[in-house]
Amino acid sequence: MGRVNSDRQCQFSDAIYEGLYQSLAHDACVSLIGLGVTDPKGIFGTTLGLEEAFGEKRVMDMPTSENAMTGIVIGASLTGARPILNHQRIDFALLSLDQIINNAAKWHYTFNGQMKVPIVIRMIIGMGWGQGSQHSQSLQSIFAHIPGLKVVMPSNAYDAKGMLTAAVQDDNPVIFLEHRWLHHMQDYVPKEYYCCDLDHAKLLKKGADLTIISSSFWTTESLLAAKYLEKDGISVSILDLRSVMPLDKVAIIDASKQTGRVLIVDGAYPHCSVASEIMALLSESLWGRLKCAPRRLTFPACPTPTSHALANHYYPRYWKIANSVRKMLGYDEKPLNAYDIDEHTKLDIPNKEFTGPF
Amino acid sequence: MEMSISTDQQCRFLRELLYIRMVEESVAKEYAVQEMRCPVHLSIGQEAVAVGVCQALSKTDWTFSAHRSHANYLAKGGDVQAMIAELYGKQTGCAQGRAGSMHLADPSVHMMGTSPIVGGIIPVAVGAAFGHWQEHSSTMTAVFFGDGATEEGVFAESLNFAALKNLNILFVCENNRYSVYSPLSVRRPLDCSRVNIVSAHGIRTLCGDGNDVEEVYLLANQAIAHMQEGKGPVYLELETYRFREHCGHEFDDHLNYRPKEEVAYFNAHCPLTKYSEKLMAKQVVSKDELKEWRAYIAKQIDDCFAHAKHAPYPDVSTLELYTWAE
Repeated sequence: MGRVNSDRQCQFSDAIYEGLYQSLAHDACVSLIGLGVTDPKGIFGTTLGLEEAFGEKRVMDMPTSENAMTGIVIGASLTGARPILNHQRIDFALLSLDQIINNAAKWHYTFNGQMKVPIVIRMIIGMGWGQGSQHSQSLQSIFAHIPGLKVVMPSNAYDAKGMLTAAVQDDNPVIFLEHRWLHHMQDYVPKEYYCCDLDHAKLLKKGADLTIISSSFWTTESLLAAKYLEKDGISVSILDLRSVMPLDKVAIIDASKQTGRVLIVDGAYPHCSVASEIMALLSESLWGRLKCAPRRLTFPACPTPTSHALANHYYPRYWKIANSVRKMLGYDEKPLNAYDIDEHTKLDIPNKEFTGPF
Repeated sequence: MEMSISTDQQCRFLRELLYIRMVEESVAKEYAVQEMRCPVHLSIGQEAVAVGVCQALSKTDWTFSAHRSHANYLAKGGDVQAMIAELYGKQTGCAQGRAGSMHLADPSVHMMGTSPIVGGIIPVAVGAAFGHWQEHSSTMTAVFFGDGATEEGVFAESLNFAALKNLNILFVCENNRYSVYSPLSVRRPLDCSRVNIVSAHGIRTLCGDGNDVEEVYLLANQAIAHMQEGKGPVYLELETYRFREHCGHEFDDHLNYRPKEEVAYFNAHCPLTKYSEKLMAKQVVSKDELKEWRAYIAKQIDDCFAHAKHAPYPDVSTLELYTWAE
């Protein structure tokens, strides 16, 4: 699916809103359910007004019963409904792993293709402002591990809208992972309804020296790192995964071969991660054909601390990405001030306007 | 509410009880040969719950069940040949060997799925009722589960949502007193009433003898009338007993996990024996007729087993098929 051109700027969260609105308008079987969907804040503004537009039978708040509500959207989908379930933080979805893993992912297979479960579970990944250990996990690898679940992680507003509408149209359960720090980011987004594909990675930037493979917010950090690297004449390719299940193996191999050096930036715990999976793919497919050993940049293998004094050092932010690239190319790392960071820079917020709490 | 049961219906009830019992006895007999290579949780002793409820439902109503689902599947009209073949893991099984005994389904008769994660099936059934509610359909949904399932948190979550949306969902708890070998006494405080927990959610509760098919039928009808009047979900708890081991074809009373008096009591209250004696005493059915039924059903079952044994296994090339919906 080619990109639909548009000259309209739109921020990520508004693109999500439009994707929800137009999915509801496009198909009467679509419904939207989640804690806070109809509250005055409307999931960071992404669901405001949808109940008024589509009625309380299709857009509704819910009890704080993540597990049952997941089973309920699965059951509803068996009747022909296409529900979208929302979690304001991915961490709450852990209460529903039985339903997601035992039922949603297996229903189509176990019952021999006689039934399908076309649900979307939208989960928001938190970060910064002291979100701490249970409000900022990034658990894509748990879901990507399970056959039968699609797991998508858009990195920009254009994909956010088009992948959301596509997820709703898809006949499989789709885990739609949305990073909170992308919400304010701008992109060109067509006003009309459109769908993007859910299967392919996208090469956002072509460079000569090294390939960065990343997803979601970490793609935007990689793009920022690339700008700093360019000042020193280092040019990188950036492959945006978009989907971690299915994983676009062809695109990963092509982009890796092209520069011969690979850095995987995965905002998640390192063990058994998407980054590990890509490492496995590289050793299976490009054994001996890379110029140096591929590297991973992830969270450390510990829970997220709350204090910004610690949390600021936890994430694989753009300066760490740039320094990792430099190291792999044999250059010295640069100090923080080379990345326009000084002791006054607030690193625990996505932008100056952000004042917390979530 | 007074409601009479015709002799035709009585005959149908008995025939269904007999049919399910005979299928299960045949599974038990053949299971020892080790050709049905999947865990089976036999319904022997609990057939009246399935028959009474499914006779009250209409064909287009939906049902779901947990691990002990053979009776639920057969009583809803699930294809017996496809079930037996499924236990053998054959291509002609109801899920072409992907499911086995613990995941029976026959969507053609709206038996929509079963899951052995006991309580895990309950919200899915509530979700089906929710889907029907969203599309203004009058279809009823019933979900069968054991007493163990009511101890999983998702049960309470499901009750709450069903009550919140006033859904047409019938919760059928088959209380056979044991979660595998664990008696209720190690699982609930003695003074804790499941029925009180349910009614605290604002849900109508009905209780009765799950080994009395007519009582089950009348209670299920009462539940359906309640839902048809728009009064919302109903919880039906039925006392019953499993005759054989939790999983497998043997008897396990030598393990002494159930009091001897209790076992003796329920053996004397077998849903099939009691009901056939009753109908014979009332001359609704004769000994000869029963014999004819037995012969007819036995032939049908023999054919199913013969078919299943001779059917091909699914082709290995289909191993990954249906992982994804296309």
